[in-house]
Amino acid sequence: MSNTSDVIIVGGGVIGNAAAYYLSKKGVSVTVLEGSADIGHGGSSRNGGGVRQSGRDPRELPLAMYGIQNLWPGLSGELGIDTEYTPKGNLRLGKTQAHLDILRKLTDRAIACGLDVRMIGYEEIKSINPYLSDEVIGASWCPTDGHANPLTATLGFYVNARRLGARFISGEKAVKLQKVKGRLRKVVAESGVYEAETVIVAAGLESRPLLNTVGIDVPMTGNLMECLVTEAQPYLFDQMLGAAEADFYGHQSKHGSFVFGGSSGFEGCTLDKSGLLENYEKTAPATCRGIMRYFPDLKRAKIIRTWAGFIDVCADGVPVLGNAEEVPGLVIACAFSGHGFGISPAVGYNLAELITTGKTPVDISALRYDRFKAKI
Amino acid sequence: MGAVERILEREFVPADDDGVVVCRCEEITKGEIRRAVHDGIFTMTEMRRYLRAGMGLCQGQTCAKNVKALMARELGVPPLELEHATARSPMRPVEMYVLANEEVAD
Repeated sequence: MSNTSDVIIVGGGVIGNAAAYYLSKKGVSVTVLEGSADIGHGGSSRNGGGVRQSGRDPRELPLAMYGIQNLWPGLSGELGIDTEYTPKGNLRLGKTQAHLDILRKLTDRAIACGLDVRMIGYEEIKSINPYLSDEVIGASWCPTDGHANPLTATLGFYVNARRLGARFISGEKAVKLQKVKGRLRKVVAESGVYEAETVIVAAGLESRPLLNTVGIDVPMTGNLMECLVTEAQPYLFDQMLGAAEADFYGHQSKHGSFVFGGSSGFEGCTLDKSGLLENYEKTAPATCRGIMRYFPDLKRAKIIRTWAGFIDVCADGVPVLGNAEEVPGLVIACAFSGHGFGISPAVGYNLAELITTGKTPVDISALRYDRFKAKI
Repeated sequence: MGAVERILEREFVPADDDGVVVCRCEEITKGEIRRAVHDGIFTMTEMRRYLRAGMGLCQGQTCAKNVKALMARELGVPPLELEHATARSPMRPVEMYVLANEEVAD
């Protein structure tokens, strides 16, 4: 098979797969190189499933709103796979006055960007979610937010892109980008060399060393995040939940399991003895204690699985997205900072537009790769 | 682990016993698993994520071997070439208030 296509995508995660799908739909030939054995190995399968606008940085909010208005509602039907998209709102919970101050600030900022989000009190919280503990005194409420299933959405984009003719190679780690006559042309991988007019680098944390081979550096680091999953439970609620201090989040999935993320305070100093993204022993118990303070009724729910994954955290907390003019032919899509899943359809769609028309429906100029400046 | 081209030459052929339930926790049938391989689901980890086979209460302790055999046959490779999905703690389902308790008794 020829190793030349119109576009090479490095990274078979939800961003790469979404871009592969929308490009293939436009008749563009695509090769996706996934470094690990599994499609969607990284953060794409290791996130809480939030599809949120509230709490977002104004620089990435337009992408979030675009996806929720235009892409998420029809996605399951379009892909023929249940992405379990549930736009039933996001409650961000507060227990103290300090929490409410944080929530108020986030809310004011989002309202200024045109988002329908507001602060609500105890009574209204209870009417939306009667199972919450009485310790919760206030929350921000965004009725158009929600959640979806990252596993089926990621693989749904993959299965459909593949069906449309995109070529996928897993276990093929890209090690080097190469220019030919001043333009990016080749991706050198462990087992082969691939050529294309355009290369999208959407390889999560691995993007950094790869981009370094053409002299571009994106300041980011890996933060381990950990979640736990309960056995299927009777239906309780539809909302996506978060907390003012961002130490607790989760939802009930369609099949009944609760998926909750939490933290222990040891973030950044946890120990992964095997290097296989192991959970840290102190995190799940701490997360359980946190959950029981918000949902006392869940204390007898059984935990059946825990998992961990790396967030590619950018120095300023929002993604790097778009062309890099100093390397013609290169498109960067990385450093999603734990917010990538919810905006992935919008990112994939906009990347496909960028590559085929040179323009994007959403202004992504605030996410440029060369925005980083030292603080003094 | 080498590079794997995600192409399957053979076509999906329906079988009489495609309705047999393989993953009992999540009620996933043999036919669904075989069809998923033709959708491009080539690893056991992907199968878990795509169909939830092996993601329920027993975490695949009952069905993983059968899922692997079915996938291997569909892919035309020996079962040994397929990696098991990663085992995740806890070993057995644990109630939340038990896992939450880190006190050590005297």
